[in-house]
Amino acid sequence: MTVVHDNLEDTEAKMRAHDVNVFYGSKQAIDSVSIDIPQKYVTAFIGPSGCGKSTFLRCLNRMNDTIPAARVEGEITLDGENIYNPKLDVVQLRARVGMVFQKPNPFPKSIYENIAYGPKIHGFAEGKDELDAIVEKSLRRAGLWEEVKDRLTDSGTALSGGQQQRLCIARAIAVDPEVILMDEPCSALDPIATAKIEELIADLSGRYAIVIVTHSMQQAARVSQRTAFFHLGKMVEYGRTSDIFTNPLEQRTQDYITGRYG
Amino acid sequence: MSPAILLLLALALGLAGWLAARGRAWTFKRAQPGVRLAALPSYHGWYVALWIVIPAVLFAIVWAALSPNLVLQSVLASPAAADLPVFGLQRQTMLAEARNVALGNSPAVFNPAAAGLVEPFRSAISFYNWIGLAATLVIAFLGGAFSFLRLRPDFTARTRVEKMVMTILLLASLVAILTTIGIVASLVFETIRFFGMVSPIDFLFGAQWNPDPMSNPLNPQGDRYGAIPLFWGTIFIGAIIAMIVAIPLGLMSAIYLTQYADPRVRAWVKPALEILAGVPTVVYGYFAALTIAPGIRDIAVSLGISNASSESALAAGLVMGVMIIPFVSSMADDSIAAVPGAMRDGSLAMGATSSETIRKVMIPAALPGIVAGVMLAVSRAIGETMIVVMAASTAANLSANPLDSMTTVTVQIVAMLTGEGSFDHPATLSAFALGFVLFLVTLGLNFIALRVVKRFREAYE
Repeated sequence: MTVVHDNLEDTEAKMRAHDVNVFYGSKQAIDSVSIDIPQKYVTAFIGPSGCGKSTFLRCLNRMNDTIPAARVEGEITLDGENIYNPKLDVVQLRARVGMVFQKPNPFPKSIYENIAYGPKIHGFAEGKDELDAIVEKSLRRAGLWEEVKDRLTDSGTALSGGQQQRLCIARAIAVDPEVILMDEPCSALDPIATAKIEELIADLSGRYAIVIVTHSMQQAARVSQRTAFFHLGKMVEYGRTSDIFTNPLEQRTQDYITGRYG
Repeated sequence: MSPAILLLLALALGLAGWLAARGRAWTFKRAQPGVRLAALPSYHGWYVALWIVIPAVLFAIVWAALSPNLVLQSVLASPAAADLPVFGLQRQTMLAEARNVALGNSPAVFNPAAAGLVEPFRSAISFYNWIGLAATLVIAFLGGAFSFLRLRPDFTARTRVEKMVMTILLLASLVAILTTIGIVASLVFETIRFFGMVSPIDFLFGAQWNPDPMSNPLNPQGDRYGAIPLFWGTIFIGAIIAMIVAIPLGLMSAIYLTQYADPRVRAWVKPALEILAGVPTVVYGYFAALTIAPGIRDIAVSLGISNASSESALAAGLVMGVMIIPFVSSMADDSIAAVPGAMRDGSLAMGATSSETIRKVMIPAALPGIVAGVMLAVSRAIGETMIVVMAASTAANLSANPLDSMTTVTVQIVAMLTGEGSFDHPATLSAFALGFVLFLVTLGLNFIALRVVKRFREAYE
């Protein structure tokens, strides 16, 4: 049974999931999850490994479509429009709901080409100047511009792990999404790079709806305003981050955040 | 005593050494129950066995190469050999006959003059057989004794065996390299002889090719050895027409199989494609000569092209292209499948379509493997013989019209070597020069391809 705190009315929902079930073959990975993702806030999904939080995240931009055995039931809306509507263009959806992965995955192209990739395929830029401007703006927003402005033609894979992850964030920003999904973006990074990414998430949060999956409860507490606790494919509790960490209503949430299991 | 028997003998001795050394290692263990051996008893066994087998086998190989010569020397030194003709074919024949009788391969000599040589051959053969056997035994024994005496409880047999295994592996890889060198060497000598008769400039830049293996080798006035039409034909058929077929089809099938195909479809389409690679080229040759070539001529004639040849370059090239599809597709398939899924996900998550992802992310990242597959296919097509022998002609035309008949380097090599011409005729020797230049061309192509790939590849790791 999901416990949703009742002091969340002040926010307007950007995405809304209703009774979502996900199956991998015959195994149920997500069991009846309903959640409102607020506009312009950071929402954290926490929970032990295998609880389904990443699976659910991947439902929000239909990345589960790429896994042949995965089947999604229920309804997820973006600005009131069902994203699982067969008539919906999944390519457009993913341009609106961007994603950053657990392991930095820059394309084996130059830094410039990595950022320019999205704007080019979506036709956002007319001419080189406009493209240059988008690249610079995206890199600036991702806090990477000063570090790479003199070597934009170097390969993106030559950057350090933390820089690569910020490059991936810049790449996601470049297509001007409305929602950014982050799947444990810091799990492959050292603490200093992690701190930079967290700072970046804080900077971005006013502009985009951000959903972040994390294993680190400290990270969830630091960067998010909303937290959802997942356990065994179910969403156990959802509320303001401060409430979840100080005043959880559910025993299982309490046990997890105090380190009893997980 | 044939080399095979020496080999078996060496292996048997090795087994004996293995058992003995392992037993010895066990006695160390039993003598001092608290002590731990530096290596398992079986490693002691392997150490001794390798020391027995490897020197003995190496000796057996050397001996197999050396002993016929030693036998011959001793026969020639015998008084019966004094009557032999000093040199020439007859001398060789007599020696060969006597040897065959001595070995029991033939019942009696044809030439009575050779009869006197049988006995010297027989005794020399058996003498050297005994020497070979004795030497093999001695060498195996020395190796075994040397290694066996080194065994101690703290002897690190395990690391020694490791080193010996590494040496064996190194030797195995050297065999391939040495073979290549041997092939080149054998071509080079005949090629040099050929260029002694025909100027390399005429050969490489001449545009007329009409050697006659039956002409007088001392006065080859009418023969022209200009290889340009052959190389043009080879490149036109193998590298242009065949590649126009194979690269797009191979690449597209690889993309379909890795990116779009349902696993069940892939499970049977991929092996089916690979069966294409297993069809003997002579079968493709039939197909080209009997089905495709007449079909192409008929179509050309019905379109009003009356001079279309029934042995067109197009037919050979098309069938060759189909033949090499599996080379392109399976290399491309492997290298596209090796691109990390994270690349693909990264692109899809930005709202790229599957085909954009493949074109802009997957193929650039997989490029080295794809180019390698194409190069392999080009080398294969250029060197392919059977299809062109059957479907292309032997007329050396320098033409850019795919409906003309053309010939290739490999076809001419076959034609020159299977004729009745003598071996020191320039026409026959030209086959070696052609082969050598072909070898250099494919080598150069591979080299260039490697450099190109190094420069343009998008390394994802």
